[in-house]
Amino acid sequence: MMRFIVRRLLQLIPTLLGLSILLFLWLHRLPGGPETAILGERATPASRAAIRKSMGLDDPLIVQYGRFLKQLLRGDLGNSLNEKRPVLDLFLERFPGTIELTVTAMIIAIGLGIPLGYLAAKRRATWLDHLSVGASLAAVCTPIFFLGYLIKALFAVNLGWFPTFGRQDTTIDATRVTGFYVLDGIMTQEWDAALDAMHHLVLPGLTLASVPLAIIVRMTRASVLEVLGEDYVRTAEAKGLTERRIRGRHVLRNAMLPVVTVIGLLTGGLLSGAVLTETVFAFTGIGQFAAQAIDNRDYPVMMGFILIIAVVYVLVNLIVDISYSLIDPRVRVR
Amino acid sequence: MALLNVEDLTVVFGGKDRADVRAVDGVSFEVRAGEVIGLVGESGCGKSVTSLALMGLLPPKGNKVTGKAIFDDGVNLLSTDQRTLRDMRGREIAMIFQDPLSSLNPVVPIGVQVTEVLARHRGMTGERARKEAEALLDRVGIPDPRRRLKEYPHQLSGGMRQRALIAMAVACRPRLLIADEPTTALDVTIQAQILELLKELVHQDGTAMIMITHDLGVVAGLCDWINVLYAGRVVETASRHSLFAQPTHPYTHGLLASIPRLDSVRGDRLNPIPGSVRDLLPWVEGCAFAPRCERVLESCVEGPPALVGGAHAYRCVNPFGADS
Amino acid sequence: MTQLARKKIAKLERLAELAAVHANEGGESLWREAFRRLRHNPAAIVGAVILGIFVLVGFVGPFLVPFSPTQTGLGFVSEAQNIIPGPSAQHWFGLDHQARDEFSRMVVGARQTLLVGVVATAFGLFFGCLIGGLAGAAYGLGGKRGRSLDNVLMRFIDMLLAMPGLLLAVSIVALLGPSLTTVMIAVGFVSIPTFARLLRGSMIAQANAEYVVAATSLGVGRRKIALSHILPNSVAPVLVQATLTLATAIIEAAGLSFLGLGNPDPATAEWGAMLTDALARFEFAPRLAFYPAVGIIITALGFTLLGEAMREALDPKLRK
Repeated sequence: MMRFIVRRLLQLIPTLLGLSILLFLWLHRLPGGPETAILGERATPASRAAIRKSMGLDDPLIVQYGRFLKQLLRGDLGNSLNEKRPVLDLFLERFPGTIELTVTAMIIAIGLGIPLGYLAAKRRATWLDHLSVGASLAAVCTPIFFLGYLIKALFAVNLGWFPTFGRQDTTIDATRVTGFYVLDGIMTQEWDAALDAMHHLVLPGLTLASVPLAIIVRMTRASVLEVLGEDYVRTAEAKGLTERRIRGRHVLRNAMLPVVTVIGLLTGGLLSGAVLTETVFAFTGIGQFAAQAIDNRDYPVMMGFILIIAVVYVLVNLIVDISYSLIDPRVRVR
Repeated sequence: MALLNVEDLTVVFGGKDRADVRAVDGVSFEVRAGEVIGLVGESGCGKSVTSLALMGLLPPKGNKVTGKAIFDDGVNLLSTDQRTLRDMRGREIAMIFQDPLSSLNPVVPIGVQVTEVLARHRGMTGERARKEAEALLDRVGIPDPRRRLKEYPHQLSGGMRQRALIAMAVACRPRLLIADEPTTALDVTIQAQILELLKELVHQDGTAMIMITHDLGVVAGLCDWINVLYAGRVVETASRHSLFAQPTHPYTHGLLASIPRLDSVRGDRLNPIPGSVRDLLPWVEGCAFAPRCERVLESCVEGPPALVGGAHAYRCVNPFGADS
Repeated sequence: MTQLARKKIAKLERLAELAAVHANEGGESLWREAFRRLRHNPAAIVGAVILGIFVLVGFVGPFLVPFSPTQTGLGFVSEAQNIIPGPSAQHWFGLDHQARDEFSRMVVGARQTLLVGVVATAFGLFFGCLIGGLAGAAYGLGGKRGRSLDNVLMRFIDMLLAMPGLLLAVSIVALLGPSLTTVMIAVGFVSIPTFARLLRGSMIAQANAEYVVAATSLGVGRRKIALSHILPNSVAPVLVQATLTLATAIIEAAGLSFLGLGNPDPATAEWGAMLTDALARFEFAPRLAFYPAVGIIITALGFTLLGEAMREALDPKLRK
C-alpha cells in the first residue's frame, strides 16, 4: 500500500510541473506583462522599467522560469497588489473557512445523495424515482449563484431562520485557535460560538451541495441499478441473507466504486462553486477572496488561487484512488 | 412421499408494452428425498426460469407465476411470503449458479461469503464460523483452505470458484440443492471433477438435487430421473435407465444423438428457429418442435400433443418406437 | 410423410423466415434505430420541444419584439425609492432597472445566449476532437512513437482537467481581456479536455473492436481504417457530449458574468448579464432575476434532457 501511494505521489510531479509552466506563461503573457501583475495597471513607466530590471525580465525565458519555480518551491507566491502582503499568508488565513464550507457541502451531498440514489434505484419508476431524477436534473441546470440568492432570500431574509452572511455573528466574541470556527468553538468549549458557526454554514453548504448532490444521486442510482442485476446479488439472495445484509455488503459496496471516483472529480467543481457561493453569502473563504481578486485584477492572488486549487484537486484525487483500492481488491493487486 | 411436488408451474413474462411470453408452460414433476433429477433442454426452454421460480428469485415485476410447488408437504414455494422464503433459502433449499466468477462478489473475501451463510442460518459467528468455513472449503476439495478464506474471487481459478460456491450452498446441509448448469462455464477436465464432487456431497448428506443442464451427458451418470423440456413444456419424462435405453421423443433422440460426436459443433442441427412470432405462444398451433422435427406428421401441427404413456411419458404423436 | 404435412412444414418454415426478416429490420443501422428510440422517449421530446422554441425565438424573435432591447427611459424607474414598474399590457414582463422593456430584452437575449453556447461548444468540440483524435489515432495505430505522442497529449489534457472549469475560464478571460469573443473562447476552452478524452477513449475502444481487427487482417490501410471505420463510430458519444456541453456552456457563461468577466458592454441583452444585474436588486424586484434565471434553467434543461436521451438511445448496453 505504501508503495502504491509513493508511486502515485511521484506521478503527480510531471502534472504539477506542467501546471507551473502554464501558470508561468500565463503570468508572462498577461496584458501588460508580468510587471503589471506585480504593480497593477496604473503603474508609471519609470516604475515599470525599474521592476523589469530588478526582476530580470530581460533574461531568457528559461532562466526566469527557473527563478519562478524556485520561488514556488519556497512557498513564495508573491505579494497581493491590493493588500501588499504575501499571497500565501492571505490564503492560509482564509483556507479554514473554505474547508469548513466544502466539507459541509460534501457531507450534505454524500449523506443525502447515496441514500436517495439507492432508494430511487430500488423503487425504480415510482414517484420517488422520478422526483429525484427530475430534481437532480433541475439542480445541475441552475446557476449556483442564483440558487444561493434564492435560498438566502427564502430562509434567511423572509423566514429569518438563518443568518444572511458571514461565518460568525459579530456579537459573539470567540477565541480563535485554528481558524476552523466550529472546531475552535468545540476546543475552547464555547458552545454558542460553535453552534453559531454551524448555523452560518447551513445555507451556503446547502447551496454548494446542490450540484454534487444531484450528480451523486444520479450516479448512485445508475450504479445500484447495474449492481442489482449482477449475478452475485442473486447468489446472496439464494443464500437467504437478510435484505439489510445484501444491501450493505453486496449492493452498496460494489455500487460505491464509480460513485467514489465521481466524488473525486467533483472537488474541482466544488471549488469553482465555492467562488460563487462564498460571494453570495459574503463568506470569508478563499473563494470570496479569489472573486475579489478577479474584480481587482489582483493577478498574483489569482495565480496563487489556481495553483492551490490544482494542488488540492490533485491530492483529493489521490485520496480517492487510495480509497478506491481499499474498496476494490482487484485494483490492489496491480 | 415427495420432498418437492411441482404441479402445473407456469411463468408468463409480460409488461405494459410487450406481448406475454410463456417461458414455463404447465411443468409438473416431483423430487423425492435424496433423489437426483435432471431438467434437460437447450437455452430458452424454461429450465432456468423454473429453478428461479422455485427459489422465489424471479424479478418482482414483469412476470406472473402460477401453479403449485409444495415443499416437504408444507409450504407452497410459489405463493409463500418473501420472509419465509428468505429463511428457507440457503438452509432448506440452496442453489448453485452457472458462472462462478460473476456469481461471487468480487470485493468480498471468500471467507466472508461463506461465513455469512453460517451466521444467517446457523447462528455461527467469529472463530467458530471461521473454523466451520475452513472445514467446508476442505470438504469441497479446496487445498489450503485457511489461506483461501482471506482471498478474493479473482485470485481463485474457475474450478476453485465453483467449489467455493458449492461450499456456500451445502453449508447448512440443505435438503434440496438446485444446480443450474454448474459446469457449463468450466473446462472439460474440471467439469467431471465438479460433477463427481456434487454426486459425493448429495450422497453423503442425503440431499436431493435438481440438476439443470443442456447436456444429456451430464445427467447420464448422475440423475435418477430425467425431465426433458422444450419451449416451456416437459416433452419427455422417464427414469435415467428408461430414457437412455429408449429415447422416445424425437427431441430427446436428437439430443442423445449429438452427445458422442465431440468433433462436430454440438447443437448445430438443433439451432433454434430465429424470430419471435411463434416464440410467444409456441404450443398453440401444435407441437412446438414440429418445425425442426424429422418425424413430423400432419397431425403434429393440428393441436398441441398431450403427455402420454405411463411412467415413461412423452409428448409426441409420432414417437420413436411407433414406426410400423 | 404425407404431402399435406410437407406443405404445412413449408408454411412454418416460411413463417420462421418472415420472423427472421423481421428481426433483421429491427437491427437496422445504429443511427436509425437510435433515432427511432429517441422518438419514443418522452424526455427527448420535451427536450427537443424546449430547444425548438428556444432556437425559434433566437432566430425570429429579435425581428418581432415590440421595443428595442437597448432603448431606455420607457417609464419611471427609481431605484432609490424601489420603483420598477411590473408587468403591464404594454410591457409584458415589466421594465428593468434602466427602464428598458424586459420582454424584448429576454427575447433578444435568447439569441445572444444561443450564440455564446453554440460558438463556445463548437470551439471546444473542434480543438478537443483535434487533440483527442490525434491521440486516439496515434495510440491505436502508431506503434511505439504513437504511444508516446498520445502520452504527451494526454498529460497536457490531464493538466487542464486538474483546473476547475470556471477558474480555467477566468484565467483565460484575464489573459485576453473581457469581451464577447473572450467569453466564448474561455467557455469553449473549458470543454476541450472532456471532448479530447472522450474521442480518444472511444477511438481506442473501437480500435480493439472486432470489425477493425477484421479490416486490418484484410489489409486495409491504417489511415483508411482510422477515417472510414474508427472515426464514424466514435462520433456518437462526442455528439451526445456536445449536446450536454451546450447546457454547461450557458451556465458557465452566466457564472463569468456574475464574476464581472462577462461581456463588458452593459447594453447588450444577454441572460447571464441580466441575471447578474437583477441579483443586485433581488430584494425589491425578484421578478427581474426570475425571467433570465428561468430562461437559463429551461434552456439548459432542454439540452440536458435531449443529451441524456441521446446517450440512452445510443447506448448498446441499454438497447433491447
